[in-house]
Amino acid sequence: MTGSTVLQARGLSMLYGGERALVRAVDEVDLNVPAGQSLAVMGPSGCGKSTLLYLLGGLQRPTDGEVWLADRRIDTMSERALARLRRDSLGFVFQSFHLMDELTAVENVELAALLAGQSPGRARKRAMYLLDRVGLADRARHLPSALSGGQRQRVAIARALSNEPLVVLADEPTGNLDSAATLDVLRLFEELRTAGQTLVVVTHDPRIAAVADRVIAMRDGAFVDDVASAATGTLYDGRR
Amino acid sequence: MQDVVLAMLAKEPAHGYELRSRLRAALGPLGEAMNAGQIYVTLTRLGKAGLVTSQRAEGLPDRPERRVYVLTPEGQQRVATWLAEVNWPKPDLAEFHLKLVAAATARLADPVTLVDAQRREVLRRLRDAQRAALDRSMDPVAGLLLEGVVLRLRADLEWLEACERLWAQHDPTGRKAGA
Ligand SMILES: Nc1ncnc2c1ncn2[C@@H]1O[C@H](COP(=O)(O)OP(=O)(O)OP(=O)(O)O)[C@@H](O)[C@H]1O
Ligand SMILES: [Mg+2]
Repeated sequence: MTGSTVLQARGLSMLYGGERALVRAVDEVDLNVPAGQSLAVMGPSGCGKSTLLYLLGGLQRPTDGEVWLADRRIDTMSERALARLRRDSLGFVFQSFHLMDELTAVENVELAALLAGQSPGRARKRAMYLLDRVGLADRARHLPSALSGGQRQRVAIARALSNEPLVVLADEPTGNLDSAATLDVLRLFEELRTAGQTLVVVTHDPRIAAVADRVIAMRDGAFVDDVASAATGTLYDGRR
Repeated sequence: MQDVVLAMLAKEPAHGYELRSRLRAALGPLGEAMNAGQIYVTLTRLGKAGLVTSQRAEGLPDRPERRVYVLTPEGQQRVATWLAEVNWPKPDLAEFHLKLVAAATARLADPVTLVDAQRREVLRRLRDAQRAALDRSMDPVAGLLLEGVVLRLRADLEWLEACERLWAQHDPTGRKAGA
């Protein structure tokens, strides 16, 4: 289900601080994400996962290297062009959901489309479709405060899908969730994976590997392992 | 395995194939790789130990090897003892730990490389168990077992991270990170 490269990084670096206390949050990372791939980047706290994701999503500018989305170089784009690109081509999911508290679930999902100038009727229709897709059609008129953590995250995922993004970028999407809610979110990611949605998740949670085609291990800003998720079953390990 | 097969016979006498399907149902996806041979080998051993007896099943002239297995009183006693026993299966972390120590002290291998290989394997298992657990059609009883497997593998991964942190510092050559 994978095709041409959608997201690419070359020699991507992000340094913080001065000469005294230099932190190489991302250290010359090369990455190719083919269309349809579901990629998990895993590593311990502080290894640079969030920074990497922000660089890939044009939320932050690298100190060195390049980021390409489809065939457009984004790290040198103007702020305005970047904002438009994020709105039109990327979907973001964060650990703490980032929903607007005073808007209902469906209003949160349709907001981006409305801001992009879509007609209210069409935006609502699409938002309802997406909420149905994440299993929350019956919660559409609830405020986030009336939803569980897992439900809020599913609303956030519906919102991330509202612009039919080239790539969904997620930062610790299960970080604030208990086991049952994590399962709901994992199921949803698994559906996205099988539907061919290109997906990059950075996380500390190894369970995300269950819904990834590929798992990259990150340490100290660099990739140390890159494993295509094999199809072979290893459930039964034969130990007694 | 012996205790499990005995306990599965405690409710009522059964054919070997019935035992196998009971076991598979209880294990869910974890039981898929279990083969019939294991059950029959176990039943034969239990017979020799005097814990089960068997009789030929009636009315199946085409499958004369089919036998119905029954617990003996000794077998029943053993089931009762097994149920009352308190133990907890433990993965052998000590062996892996000693492997790392040996690798480092004798410079046989880079312990961090060993940890990496192990982590891949554990991660692979975790992925498979978690994927199976995502299946909504899973029987909840079998799903409970998978949940336990997932939790333990997560703990193993955490421990491997701790191993990596320590051995990365101990490694005199330092860790080389390649993309
Ligand atoms: N704005 C900043 N200024 C200085 N240093 C920063 C800044 N943001 C991040 N860092 C440092 O960069 C490194 C990588 O941080 P980052 O947040 O990307 O890690 P992470 O892998 O996402 O960690 P976590 O799992 O805890 O979220 C850390 O050492 C962090 O302290
Ligand atoms: Mg982070």
